[in-house]
Amino acid sequence: MSLPDIHLAIALLLLATMSIGLIRVVIGPTPSDRMMAAQLLSTSGIGVLLMLAPVIGVPALIDVALVFALLAAVAIIAFTRRREDDA
Amino acid sequence: MTLIVWLSVALLLAGAFFFVAGTVGLMRLPDRLSRLHAITKADNAGLGLLVLGLLMQAPGFLTGIKLVLIWLFVLAASATGAHLIAKRALRGDGEDAR
Repeated sequence: MSLPDIHLAIALLLLATMSIGLIRVVIGPTPSDRMMAAQLLSTSGIGVLLMLAPVIGVPALIDVALVFALLAAVAIIAFTRRREDDA
Repeated sequence: MTLIVWLSVALLLAGAFFFVAGTVGLMRLPDRLSRLHAITKADNAGLGLLVLGLLMQAPGFLTGIKLVLIWLFVLAASATGAHLIAKRALRGDGEDAR
């Protein structure tokens, strides 16, 4: 097994954990649970991008992961500042 | 494969293990706060180990800096997010009010 194969296998494993995490987004039960699952999805997404960048030879994917990392904080803070009367 | 490649693969596999453990925790643990505990492990330790593993194969200095920055940003986001979600859950404000 060569190094790109290992990268690809780990990327697929992370994708599988992302799909399982989606179940928690659907079943909830509270909005906090859904947001936690979304946070895990965004982190796993960053992991997948980092693993794929060397395999498919697109170094720009690392910059994409950097933007994902920056936006993850914004999403969580926007959610926790929301109140029912703002809606 | 050289020693550094083996070490890198071991770190990558350890990182992937933390992501799997975090997802299992997210699905199986009984309440909100323990699930929060599980996912922050995946965010901090899992991504940290992945970044360390990739750092050993990084083609240049700039790529290495970017990888470390990604980890630091995720660390800050996940720590802040965990605190905010836990505070919201404990106070029961917003849509979590019961």
